[in-house]
Amino acid sequence: MPTPPSPDPHTASATASVWNRVAQTDDFKKLLAVKKAFVIPATIFFVLYYFALPISVGYFPAFVQRKVWGPVNIAYLFALSQFIVAWLIAYFYVRAAREFDARAAAVIKDLGNLEAKGN
Amino acid sequence: MNTTLILFLAFIAITLGITAWASRLSGSSASYFAANRRVSAWQNGVAVAGDYMSAASFLGIAGLIAFFGYDGFMYSVGFLVAYLTVLLVVAEPLRNAGKYTMADVLAYRLHPHPVRAMASLSTITVSTFYMIAQMVGAGALVALLLKGSGISFRVAVSGVGVLMIVYVVFGGMIATTWVQIIKAILLISGTILLSFMVLAHFGFSLGAFFTAVSQVHYHLPDGTEVVKDFLTPGLRYKPPYGALDLLSLGMALIFGTAGLPHILVRFYTVPDAKTARFSVVWAMWLIGIFYILTTFLGWGAATIVGRDFIAKNGGNNMSAPLLANALGGPIFFAFISAIAFATILAVVAGLTISASTSFAHDVWTNIVRRGQEHNPGEERRVARIAAFVVGAISIAIAIVLGPTANVAFLVALAFAVAASANLPVILFSIFWKRFNTAGAVAGLATGLLASIVLIFMGPSIMTVDAPTVAAAARHIIQHAPIFPLENPGILSIPLGFLGAILGTLLSKRDLAGEEKFAELQVRANTGLGAEKAVAH
Repeated sequence: MPTPPSPDPHTASATASVWNRVAQTDDFKKLLAVKKAFVIPATIFFVLYYFALPISVGYFPAFVQRKVWGPVNIAYLFALSQFIVAWLIAYFYVRAAREFDARAAAVIKDLGNLEAKGN
Repeated sequence: MNTTLILFLAFIAITLGITAWASRLSGSSASYFAANRRVSAWQNGVAVAGDYMSAASFLGIAGLIAFFGYDGFMYSVGFLVAYLTVLLVVAEPLRNAGKYTMADVLAYRLHPHPVRAMASLSTITVSTFYMIAQMVGAGALVALLLKGSGISFRVAVSGVGVLMIVYVVFGGMIATTWVQIIKAILLISGTILLSFMVLAHFGFSLGAFFTAVSQVHYHLPDGTEVVKDFLTPGLRYKPPYGALDLLSLGMALIFGTAGLPHILVRFYTVPDAKTARFSVVWAMWLIGIFYILTTFLGWGAATIVGRDFIAKNGGNNMSAPLLANALGGPIFFAFISAIAFATILAVVAGLTISASTSFAHDVWTNIVRRGQEHNPGEERRVARIAAFVVGAISIAIAIVLGPTANVAFLVALAFAVAASANLPVILFSIFWKRFNTAGAVAGLATGLLASIVLIFMGPSIMTVDAPTVAAAARHIIQHAPIFPLENPGILSIPLGFLGAILGTLLSKRDLAGEEKFAELQVRANTGLGAEKAVAH
């Protein structure tokens, strides 16, 4: 990874317009867009999947008590699946975050360019 | 001298050695409050797991599963899934935009004084409630584990309190981190070993294990013997309100964890947001494995030791140690007991440092001193005094309450406050441009008040006890509960969000704050201008 130019945050915040201009760059907008495209659906999914457990356990007891393997019932397997799903989402997030990091590095480069132009 | 005590003393000696080493490194604020921001991903992940897996989880959840089967496991599930909120939403922006406390992020583009004051109040409330619950549990447990060695509840509570003060005052965040790491490794190894022995007891046949779990025998208080399927939900959460209480509990868990101050401060100890991200993943592996294994501990205790025996020998919190005793004899009992003790010590140390950091950084430096230390090292000195005061107050309250006090609701309260007061304002300050100071103060105040009031009107405080219940274990208010749920989350979390939204919309727009939103967004998402690790 190339070393990003390290802008001094204190001189940068003195000219708040630099932050605004970074926020307006295509690279930054794209970074937010790709992040949102992952984080929002992933969050909605895990929240829905999680609450499906207490809802089914609390309101559909006959269904979750159905035995699947010997005495093991749907309730226990559903609860175990929450662990697997949580780990999987974490794995996919870490994979997606590689792109976030690359895009963040591009934004940092943009800021270096903006400052070099005398802003 | 008994083996448990020897193992306790060994743990104390090692951790005090670490504290002595750390005290020589804690010469600056970044080192005292944030371990120089040089903690690695795996170290912080293990430490987050250590901070999180309290005695309430280890002993409490194992006990709940031993007594109520499946319903206890519902806690375990929520405890892990909660980390997705931390991973996806909170950890990285917090690391990028803050310095030492949760309030740093909130104060970023809002008026710092009222926001920091409220956030600090909420932090100290959460930490202190949680700590008192741990201390009362610790005292009762240590006195029970060391039965026969002449150590009383008071001595045990004072001992735990003094040790935690020593770790935090002298060793700061570096010592606290290493205490967490050692404790987490001990706890996970102990849990794996104990689960392995449970399986060995059933001849490594999962079929035999689950068959036993599906027919657990025990006696009801009136003496009738019952056989229950411990894989079936509903032994604890019963109609009419059981289902709602489960939902409410789930909300408090998955939205509360991302607002627990002692977890959030851990993300300031790593060099950057990427390391924070990997540390959450490390924590999720450890926490997930641990909480899946709680069913082996709990169901193992229910089937091998038996609920009747546990009830007569210290109650459900003793399920895991008694299981160890049944499977591995007194030495293994001593080992598991020492782990429980290490767990309590480490968690109270983590709570103390987050409370004292918030007081020193938010209240003293940023409000009283208007953001500037007047003397070098002042912030650290104030934090040390605060740690001492917080520790002393917790010891005193725990001793006054006594070993049989019914304090489990304090943990529920801590999660409810974290979810209802802290999380809404953290989210809005990072993601909602229009959000302003009035919204933050209103959100924190509504969430805090709603949680406390609803808990006090609920069955944890208001219940009419049967005349047979011992005086000390009685509920504080002998009246039928006004609010039917044990956990207030389902109502208090929406109220916290509503308070923050209404506070914002009903007050004037803060154009200067909105102007800084772009800056916060750039910082939170790129790490530009984030606090750097301290070089060698």
